[in-house]
Amino acid sequence: MLTKRIIPCLDVKEGRAVKGVQFVELRDAGDPVELAKFYDEQGADELVFLDISASHEGRETMVDVVRQTASALAIPFTVGGGIRTLDDMKRILRAGADKVSVNTSALECPDLIKEGSDYFGAQCIVCAIDACFSEEDGTWMVYTHGGRNKTSWKAVDWAREAVRLGAGEILLTSMNRDGEKSGFDLGLTKAVREAVTVPVIASGGAGNAEHFREVLQDVDADAALAASIFHYKEKSVAEVKSYLKAKGVNIR
Amino acid sequence: MKIAVIDYGMGNLFSVEQALKRLNADVVITNDAAELNAAAAYVLPGVGAFPDAMKRLAETGLIEFMQTTKKPLLGICLGMQLMFERSEEVTPTEGLHIFQGSVERFQGVSRIPHMGWNELVLTQMPSWLEGKRLPADRYVYFVHSFYATRIDEAQLVGFADYEGVGVPGIVTKDNYTGMQFHPEKSGKFGVFLLRAWLRQVEASVC
Repeated sequence: MLTKRIIPCLDVKEGRAVKGVQFVELRDAGDPVELAKFYDEQGADELVFLDISASHEGRETMVDVVRQTASALAIPFTVGGGIRTLDDMKRILRAGADKVSVNTSALECPDLIKEGSDYFGAQCIVCAIDACFSEEDGTWMVYTHGGRNKTSWKAVDWAREAVRLGAGEILLTSMNRDGEKSGFDLGLTKAVREAVTVPVIASGGAGNAEHFREVLQDVDADAALAASIFHYKEKSVAEVKSYLKAKGVNIR
Repeated sequence: MKIAVIDYGMGNLFSVEQALKRLNADVVITNDAAELNAAAAYVLPGVGAFPDAMKRLAETGLIEFMQTTKKPLLGICLGMQLMFERSEEVTPTEGLHIFQGSVERFQGVSRIPHMGWNELVLTQMPSWLEGKRLPADRYVYFVHSFYATRIDEAQLVGFADYEGVGVPGIVTKDNYTGMQFHPEKSGKFGVFLLRAWLRQVEASVC
């Protein structure tokens, strides 16, 4: 049986991990490759690197990080942030990443998803969606630029459109829950999960192991992503996975 | 002992190359006839669509070479699919006709692609796994929307159960081996499988 995936997310700025793991003796807690190794040993099923570099040089450094990670580890990983063209995708994927994720750039130019999917296959293209519940619209709306700008897309509609264009996976972040540690947004995840036939990764709100169980078991998300809960050792990846196993979730 | 990763312009060669190098293999990425002839074994990787891949193999003049070689050849993901008779991906296309069966899109499953870690159930021991102590954890990483079906069960080594569909994970015939999952991305068990395959190559050379 296909297992549910637990995915730690690492923010990388100018080649350095920000919000690095705080609690273990790493040679260099700011080294994304060291952190990737650490999470691999913990049993992470995949990794996501989010490049938050502001500069061109920073994004070039990201390519090195990707190459080093792929050289050192036998674990699948996705790279997002700053991917605006087919050439950006080529550089990251050829350096050894398994998938690229697109967010704002895909909303500005939806053909980017189609181009990437036609070239590399749908399985390489992840559409990342930042969604926030809007009282005015009565549903979850899509935001760009890290949540600053509201679009006219309903999250469910944009997810469907992204899949139609060729996205092979949806990385769905609840802006309402992000950083709150009160649990994943089950309503949002369920709505998108039911709207598309590709895997959905739930993100935003993980505060304890039970939150992972809810989103994976009750609303059937295919994977759950978190950052701070793993970085600050509130719960290790291994602890979350053993909790989920005990609760009957199909976990590697 | 050289292992040639066949370069026909399709997809991610870097991860496969690195995985082999971590196992101390001497790896060359090439489509040059002389270099291929000098190698002890071949790895055919591949990410992308079946028709493009066959077209590029034809352009590189590698089709007959792969069909007739007697050296160990390992196809990974699309590289495995290419070794079947045909595929319906994008448009019906003839494959290399090494393994019996055709490559078709998943039907009746809730999610496509089949993406993530699934358990490999072994149905027989190929020579390169014989006598090896197999790890208890046999999860491997899959990512694909098409799979080999109507295969010859005698050529099946292991499969994964995806919502009731038996997905061929490893197939074998003579010197040919196919892996639908990515051993280079499948953690310790993936490393184990690659190492076992490499050992057999070493044994066949000595």
